[in-house]
Amino acid sequence: MNQKKQVKHLFIEPCVNFINRSTKQCPNLPAFVVDTKFTHGISLSTGGCPFVHEVRKDEDICSPILRKLFNESHHIFVGLQGIRDDLPSKNKKTQFVSISKNYRSVIRACMEELQQVAGKVEGKSDGRISPVFFLQVSILLAVELIWNLCEVLFIDAAPAGSLLLHLLDWVRLHKADVDEKARDVLQSESPTEHQAYWDVVISYVLQGRMDEARQVLMKQAALQPAARGMFKLLDNLLIKMPIFNPSGAQTLTEFDVKWRHWHEEVDRCLQDQSFASNPHLEVICKILVGDEDVLLEHKELLSTWYHFLVTRLLFSHPIVKPTELHYYAQSSMHMFLDTRSVPEPLDSILLAAFEFDIHQVIKDCSIALNNWWFVAHLTDLMDHCKLLQSHNLHFGSNLREFLLLEYASGLFTHHSLWQLAVDYFDHCPEFGRVYLELQIERVPLDTERKALKVLRICEQRQMTEQVRSICKIMAKGALRNNRLGSALSWSIRAKDAAFATLISERFLQDYCANGAFSDLDLIDNLGSAMLLSDRLTFLGKYREFHRLYGEKCFSDAAKLLLSLMTAKIAPRTFWMTLLTDALPLLEQKEVIFSADQTHELMFCLEDLTSGNCLPKPDRAMQDEDIDTTKIEILRLALARNLAKAIVKEGTVEV
Amino acid sequence: LMEGINAKYVSQKISKTRWRPVSSSSLQQPDIFATGSWDNEDNKISLWSIGDNGVSGMDDEFEGDPQLVCEYKHNGDVMDLQFLDQDRIVTASSTGAVTIFRHNHNNQTLSVSQLWERAHHYPCGKAPCTGVVCNSPEIVTVGEDGRIILFRSDQEGVTRTIENADSSTIHAVTFLRTTEILTVNSIGQLKLWDFRQRGNEPSQILSLTGDRVPLHCVDRHPNQQHIVATGGQDGMLCIWDVRQGKMPFSLMEAHSAEMWEVHFHPSNPDHLFSCSEDGSLLHWETSSNSDTPSFLQGGRNASITSRSAIAPAGGNQSLISAWLTGDSGKGRLETTHMLPSQTLSVNSLDVLGQCLVCGTDGEAIYVNRLVPI
Repeated sequence: MNQKKQVKHLFIEPCVNFINRSTKQCPNLPAFVVDTKFTHGISLSTGGCPFVHEVRKDEDICSPILRKLFNESHHIFVGLQGIRDDLPSKNKKTQFVSISKNYRSVIRACMEELQQVAGKVEGKSDGRISPVFFLQVSILLAVELIWNLCEVLFIDAAPAGSLLLHLLDWVRLHKADVDEKARDVLQSESPTEHQAYWDVVISYVLQGRMDEARQVLMKQAALQPAARGMFKLLDNLLIKMPIFNPSGAQTLTEFDVKWRHWHEEVDRCLQDQSFASNPHLEVICKILVGDEDVLLEHKELLSTWYHFLVTRLLFSHPIVKPTELHYYAQSSMHMFLDTRSVPEPLDSILLAAFEFDIHQVIKDCSIALNNWWFVAHLTDLMDHCKLLQSHNLHFGSNLREFLLLEYASGLFTHHSLWQLAVDYFDHCPEFGRVYLELQIERVPLDTERKALKVLRICEQRQMTEQVRSICKIMAKGALRNNRLGSALSWSIRAKDAAFATLISERFLQDYCANGAFSDLDLIDNLGSAMLLSDRLTFLGKYREFHRLYGEKCFSDAAKLLLSLMTAKIAPRTFWMTLLTDALPLLEQKEVIFSADQTHELMFCLEDLTSGNCLPKPDRAMQDEDIDTTKIEILRLALARNLAKAIVKEGTVEV
Repeated sequence: LMEGINAKYVSQKISKTRWRPVSSSSLQQPDIFATGSWDNEDNKISLWSIGDNGVSGMDDEFEGDPQLVCEYKHNGDVMDLQFLDQDRIVTASSTGAVTIFRHNHNNQTLSVSQLWERAHHYPCGKAPCTGVVCNSPEIVTVGEDGRIILFRSDQEGVTRTIENADSSTIHAVTFLRTTEILTVNSIGQLKLWDFRQRGNEPSQILSLTGDRVPLHCVDRHPNQQHIVATGGQDGMLCIWDVRQGKMPFSLMEAHSAEMWEVHFHPSNPDHLFSCSEDGSLLHWETSSNSDTPSFLQGGRNASITSRSAIAPAGGNQSLISAWLTGDSGKGRLETTHMLPSQTLSVNSLDVLGQCLVCGTDGEAIYVNRLVPI
């Protein structure tokens, strides 16, 4: 009890804290729809969205797609737990990066499917997609964006030089609308006349995609033979821009020198006013030289402060070190964002990542996203990368376990997804088992097959208490439905002697009432399970007596019958029935019970009848008169048999 | 990862997968399969196509990816599912109902064509129907209520009921001959039933003495009707010869948890497939040099062949073990893991031609179109 209380204290409180804060502080990043329970997981803080009645419909579309996210990520999670600790760290890093990429590709697949379905709904005449749907997609986008940055900064932990290349990839992946725009432009009748033409060129340059920028520029150059020299000059600058090659032989210093030379060359062109006659080309040149004012003039093309950051680094500090990132990130954010506007949660999260404050990232994500899927999986991965070691939490020893438990508990409340939770609990060494024990008994058991699945989970983990309780539930259910055989099987599986006794009694009652056994297939097949309870042993042995009698093995049958009483296997209440069963054996022509055995039978009868004098509550059940007659008949039969036996035994001796 | 294997996440836990039969005359590969779900708030039966002739245009990216053809709500868990013929599917429900669904090829829809609502039941309440087997027009179902019920798809009523056929739960049923069926139950017994006999008693009971290990699945050798394979709670594979003896012919350690299904390959019965709660799917191959399948080589002393490595390390592990004692040189048995390692139960499998389909509690359907037969 004490321990459970502690669990509650440690885990529930901070969780409530998180949620309370989330609704108050973060109106802009609404609650994630991937809440652990879809059915009421949406808190609509979408800025006064009036379509509350449509939520149900959207869930119907969303939840099947999100289920794929849960199932696929479960698979990845289990794989990650299997990575051995003793691998060389270099191999491990490669594995962790690839696992991180797997997680992200699942998020992306989920996002794409949502978009696809949205497209289909839109295509229909009456199709209208409510904001919740887009909300879902935008949240997944944010999740993937954050995850990707964490992968670059923490898991891959790229050094100076490579760092920028990774950040460029990150920006390119999440600002992919350039390609769409480029396609529109290039497929139009006269691309150069297209209003987005220069936007495309500049966007490519801002992302450092020089080859693509040059290709689009070529269209313009071909139309302006007079300005050919100028175009050629810019083209040359673009070609010559040095890009760090992490796998090459070049050192960082060599690259830096080369880059500075190029930078000076670009600067010279500006001083020379080489592009003065063409404002577009001049802007591009100013971008190449890293002119921050010009960059900030293209806020719309950059769209986010972190794109601005990466572009700024590309043209001003290409060998930025991880430790310097936070400085540029902060200043870029301040330069880019309107000074009056408060940064949104996503901004703070990314900034925390750039500051390499992983705990802040996880904390802010917990608050802003109001779901545990993302933080639980990311934290688990970070923990495997040994990035969380030194940190102590005021509410528990282990952040990873806390988040996994929250996520898995949520899964467990779901009608179907409860099975996934088991593996998560398994990998929470401190409290996982307690959680599983508490929750597994609440799974409704509609069929035996489901009960078997739950039992397997318990048995594999030696959860004997739960095994017993599940079997008992099933045994009781079977008994209620008058399925004695099934009920007995369940209590045998639970090794529940008391219940097996109860069911054996029912079998014996039925036998006394009908004069025949039901469920012979089961009773004949008890085997060693018979030893579970005395009553069950008796049931099995008593049935064996009937079988022997049926097969006319009279002396074996007689021996067994007697031993049931003398070895006290049979309950005393059943002795009269047994003695009555002895009657036909006593009445056989040949002597079956020996003189000694007959003496013992007589002793049993006297023992029983003398006990009968005592007042018994169940005396009322039997008819006194019939009983007395029965006893008389028995005594007579026993006496006659004793006489026959003595004669026979005497005869043999002589 | 694994050659030819294709996984699709379907957002429902799959309890059953079955190929639609192909006409026996053609050498055609199957292209449509049915699935049933369980443990969902709303369960479904669904038809899927892996054919290229269907909706093309998605081309390479979706090649081999099963596409949903149609689906229909199913009351209760789909406990079992069988094709009655090309157009009709019979399901067993956890509500005790037995339903025939019709697939309308013209507009690609499913509809209920016949329903026996409370076929399996307790005096007061529903009893799950656990298994169904078809031999058109006959349908036989079994349930947790211990009943065996015989239906005819062309009749509305029940043709015959064997009350109290089993004191325990009957887990599965298969046809042995046209008038004979075989059931397996939760206390480890196989029972033969002859519908020509009027009584409510089985014509034969076979069991592993003393063990009482529940049997979950049964399949009959397609050519030699006396050879039967069963799988049990302990993951063991048993081969029985129902003509002789009450004991299994051989016992093999296969899975580390319940074996949910076992199937002989219908046209190449030297191959056998089994799936389990432990998340694995095994392909068993005997290389028989003689006419006798090596399942039956090695005499009658049932002994346990142990397989040392059970866990699939994510790769194609081939485990070779001699089949039984004695003539181990003649018949060799090879088992191969057919799925990448995963922890959630593989509930069902079906194999036809070179195609195999299976479904899991991880809400995935795996299709392999290149089963090495």
